[in-house]
Amino acid sequence: MIQTRNLIDEHGLRTDGRTTDELRNVKIQVGIVKNADGSAYIEFGKNRIIAAVYGPREVHPKHMAQPDRCVLRCRYHMSPFSTDTRKNPAPSRREVEISKVMREALEPALILEDYPRAAIDVFVEVLQADGGSRCAGISAASVALADAGINMRDIVPACAAGKVDGKIVLDINDIEDKEGSADMPLAYMPHLERVTLLQLDGILNQEEFNECLDKALQGCKMIYEIQRKALIQKYFGDEQELKEES
Amino acid sequence: MSSSRRSTIIVEHLRRQQMTEAISKSKRLDGRALDEMRPLEIELGIIGKADGSSRVRLGSSEVVAGVKVETGEPFEGLENKGALILSAEVLPTASPYIEPGPPDEETIELARVVDRGVRESEMVDLDKLALIPGKVVYTIFVDCSIINYDGNLFDASSYAVVSALMSTKLPVFEVQAGESVVNTGKRTDPPLTTIPVSITAVKIGDSVILDPTAEEEACMDARITITTNSEGKFAALQKGSTGSFTIDQIKRAAEIARIKGEEVRTKIKELTNNGH
Repeated sequence: MIQTRNLIDEHGLRTDGRTTDELRNVKIQVGIVKNADGSAYIEFGKNRIIAAVYGPREVHPKHMAQPDRCVLRCRYHMSPFSTDTRKNPAPSRREVEISKVMREALEPALILEDYPRAAIDVFVEVLQADGGSRCAGISAASVALADAGINMRDIVPACAAGKVDGKIVLDINDIEDKEGSADMPLAYMPHLERVTLLQLDGILNQEEFNECLDKALQGCKMIYEIQRKALIQKYFGDEQELKEES
Repeated sequence: MSSSRRSTIIVEHLRRQQMTEAISKSKRLDGRALDEMRPLEIELGIIGKADGSSRVRLGSSEVVAGVKVETGEPFEGLENKGALILSAEVLPTASPYIEPGPPDEETIELARVVDRGVRESEMVDLDKLALIPGKVVYTIFVDCSIINYDGNLFDASSYAVVSALMSTKLPVFEVQAGESVVNTGKRTDPPLTTIPVSITAVKIGDSVILDPTAEEEACMDARITITTNSEGKFAALQKGSTGSFTIDQIKRAAEIARIKGEEVRTKIKELTNNGH
């Protein structure tokens, strides 16, 4: 992690003009993949990610089926054109790990006991990556699961915080991820108040650790509002939303 | 996943009940306190052909790590840095439930979490390991073989990798005429800056315990692995498994990881006779 330029300028603004507490632009659209049982498209800064859910459906191979619950499977994949230099389309070790933590981030929110012997498949395709793609992917996937009508305990928003130029900032972008000094992605169920994904790359002292955790938590709450609005928009349209806000 | 180490280790219903009951009374089936680690043993230099090696036993979990140093091309974007490549393999010797084959996602996660602790703490000063910038650099391979599995492979492998690196004697390569690299046959200490120590805690019911055995892992709801450096700062963290934590539990786990990490660090220094 070599610092090659100032990541926060004299006005406290970051490379993309944001303050330390600001999210990138986040836009979520629900139900954009026609064949899927549920789907969502998220624009998160320059991230462009599609999440599609199939299921509950029959499990193949059959021996994977669980007699008392549903099997959740997740695939996080980056398209070859999603990065600066072409990415080999074969799944990398990074993608295998992200698929695993993503599944573990979503699973606590699902009532899998309601669908014994079945499988739910979540496919997250990163069309363009811009740092924080696992968080954006989880946020989209959890909306897609709700769109698929899966019984859920909560929605799972995800957001990172990190340390850049000695400051704790919300929602690390690509440049900050590569040149900053720490990155902490968090997924959080806002109603159950439970952390379902937490990782950390980079050095933080105890105080910074707690500050980072709290900041990422605030980010999750902001993302949650966007997820909620996107779902209301799809199922009740603009009108309902106006009524609710007034 | 049905193929996972955890779910294939069948803990009988009664045993599980016994365990959760004991843990809710702050006791464990092997007699340890909730925050007590199993005995740690480290042997160094057990593989003569490796540039550094160690065997670590954490209770009955056993890991052998070997370091091989070569020269090679730098990674893209990191042209002036040495390369560090870490792998882990859970050998079929480790348990009756493990079969040979390509690494499954649990093993990939294991290698990546151990790697993250070493890399993010900047234990090895890779800036000092470039030979011809942009062309030839030191490449350090650290490979971990899990010989026996009895839980907490994250910490056992991490301690094995760290102590193998601490025991490494780096072959000295020399650049001749600015273009060719030769092995001088001499050896030197590698540029190490800190000792990263990971501490893994798992949640069973409402209790959080350290250094879980295989049986305890089979009953866990969620896992968290936190790596600190010699200054007591956090360098890496990974939550795992399908359960969840409250924010308070995480903050507490972070503090425990700092305190227990320092205890383990002292132990590692003692066992490797290294004053870093």
